[in-house]
Amino acid sequence: MAKVLMNGNSTIGEAAIRAGCQCYFGYPITPQNELTEHMATHLSRKRGCTFIQAESEISAINMVYGASVAGVRAMTSSSSPGISLKQEGLSYLAACELPAVIVNMSRGGPGLGSISASQSDYFQATRGGGHGDYRTIVLAPSSGQELADLTHRAFDLADKYLIPVIILGDAMLGQMMEPVEFKHEAPEELPIRADALRGAKDRPSRVIKTFTSKPTELEEINWSLFRRYQLIKRQETTYETFLVEDAELIIVAFGIAARIAKGAIKTARSNGLKVGMLRPITLWPFPSDKVQELAKKTKYFLVFEMNMGQMIEDVQLALEGKGEVFFHGRPGGVIPTPSEVFLMVSRLCYQKGLK
Amino acid sequence: MSSRQTEKGIKGYIEVDQELCKGCHICISFCPKGAISLSDKLNASGYLTVLFDDSGDCTGCAICAIVCPEVAIEVYRG
Amino acid sequence: MRKVYSRPKSLKRNPFHYCPGCGHSVIHRLIAEVIDEMHIHDSVVGIPPPGCSVFAHHYFDIDMAESAHGREAAVATGIKRTAPDVIVFTYQGDGDLAAIGTAETIHAANRGERITSIFINNAVYGMTGGQMAPTTLLAQKTTTTPYGRDVRIEGYPIKMSEMLALTRGAVYIERTAVNSPANIRKSKKAIRKAFQAQIDDLGYSLVEILSPCSTNWRMSPLESWQWIDEVMTKEFPLGVIKDLTGTGDVD
Repeated sequence: MAKVLMNGNSTIGEAAIRAGCQCYFGYPITPQNELTEHMATHLSRKRGCTFIQAESEISAINMVYGASVAGVRAMTSSSSPGISLKQEGLSYLAACELPAVIVNMSRGGPGLGSISASQSDYFQATRGGGHGDYRTIVLAPSSGQELADLTHRAFDLADKYLIPVIILGDAMLGQMMEPVEFKHEAPEELPIRADALRGAKDRPSRVIKTFTSKPTELEEINWSLFRRYQLIKRQETTYETFLVEDAELIIVAFGIAARIAKGAIKTARSNGLKVGMLRPITLWPFPSDKVQELAKKTKYFLVFEMNMGQMIEDVQLALEGKGEVFFHGRPGGVIPTPSEVFLMVSRLCYQKGLK
Repeated sequence: MSSRQTEKGIKGYIEVDQELCKGCHICISFCPKGAISLSDKLNASGYLTVLFDDSGDCTGCAICAIVCPEVAIEVYRG
Repeated sequence: MRKVYSRPKSLKRNPFHYCPGCGHSVIHRLIAEVIDEMHIHDSVVGIPPPGCSVFAHHYFDIDMAESAHGREAAVATGIKRTAPDVIVFTYQGDGDLAAIGTAETIHAANRGERITSIFINNAVYGMTGGQMAPTTLLAQKTTTTPYGRDVRIEGYPIKMSEMLALTRGAVYIERTAVNSPANIRKSKKAIRKAFQAQIDDLGYSLVEILSPCSTNWRMSPLESWQWIDEVMTKEFPLGVIKDLTGTGDVD
């Protein structure tokens, strides 16, 4: 189909509807309200679909849980403070192996923070976020088109692996208007999962639960979840590389920071500096293997993120002591510019004698 | 069991599952005919249970079963 | 002789782990009887809480989905909106429905969600060892009100049924108890009527059931059943609080 010019938040909503999302439960919070409103306008009128503005983010994630129990594709969205509220729900979804899609258009934190773009929810998203040993797949789009494509992929991944999937965007991606091509039409039939709980008709009754009085039973559930996580790591790790083949310095950045970094890299290259970029697209699973591979040829890594240093830990863990890691970060919702990143790059190249 | 009638009317009887009974005595307190009494035996869970007194005037009203929290009582009437 | 009383089919044969005289045991059975009599076993989903009844699925032979503490009304909303033909009921304690879950409960009622909540009010937090609940009575001693509930520190016991009746989405709310044969019969009728209100697509229904907790009230089972009449019903009067179903007394 033709490209449309669409605001990032609305793009996610439209892509979700086209992915067969049947239920959306949300709560207003800046900077993602266009997504909630898109669902209120377009999902609510679709036959068999449900839109509810819940009384809180906590309620919304629990409504998602209910809809997932009943076997349909369900989604909620919020921004950083609201995502904090949802952590209990995420833990329960993960424990019950229920698919769901959760969108975080992150903003400055901690606390009520600011309404501007930030990437300070990386730890929250990639380390489980709620209590207990679990992971959620985390997708980090970097453009309007990726908002559409990764939203569609999120629903597929959630159903395939029976796991909650987080789309980690930010205020800027949400507000930007870019041309987007939606590659899918909404399905005619909205699917119901085979393991849905809708009454024990012609089968034994079933239970979806997270509590057990036997630690050994819970232990086995944990092992089973982590076996699945290993499978996801092998099959779904995704990243993009940009001019890394001859790079002497590699920027590692995700989401909107990667867009900004690309501008800096173009300037650097036109100044003869051999700089490239690794852009993780799945933040969990993190492309550790690719980092290790790049470290065979490149010594210097500059981690650039809009926070106080979160993804940098995953880069350091992946490098296992090889190479040297530097950091440039801006917290609080401040949007860095390509020229400030270029300044950092050129200073590093000068200090390290790179040409 | 054959049908039993007394001059007072319908006769009933109950069966108390001794292993489900927790000896809460609520059936005893609500039985209108005093047909249930305390046992002096412990069941496998360590509760002193209750016993049906067959010589009494049970009418099969089922009040004991209605109040029994453990669903330990089955009632027969007729 | 014919058998006139036996275990309902929707109740598994597992012995209850509840304390002697506990209201959960009676109420589980009543709900199972109603499910049997209304023939809704194939289309009912129950949502049990954390608490003593977290093991409700050991007893009910129906589909059940556990919920996080207090979130039952939201989970029920998610299921019911997705699958309107499913009969959805929440089974919640007083902490669940009236403390941590107050927002979810009020808003589900306010939206007129076609769900039924069975609200087990035993004036205490049972599972965790007997702490104060929102419905604990004034002067009642619990492990967190060792000197008795003091209105200046802890406020008054909360009347959820009366509060929920103010929401226009709630169509049927009744408070009953399970401490006598008569009250048990009324509880069963109320549960049935509440399910019927859902089936008839009328709105939100709730049955608040005063339930004995002999262990945490530090009484014998019989004393706990009597305490409901002697003390609890003075604060929480039994009866129909709201009824817009137009069905009067359900048989």
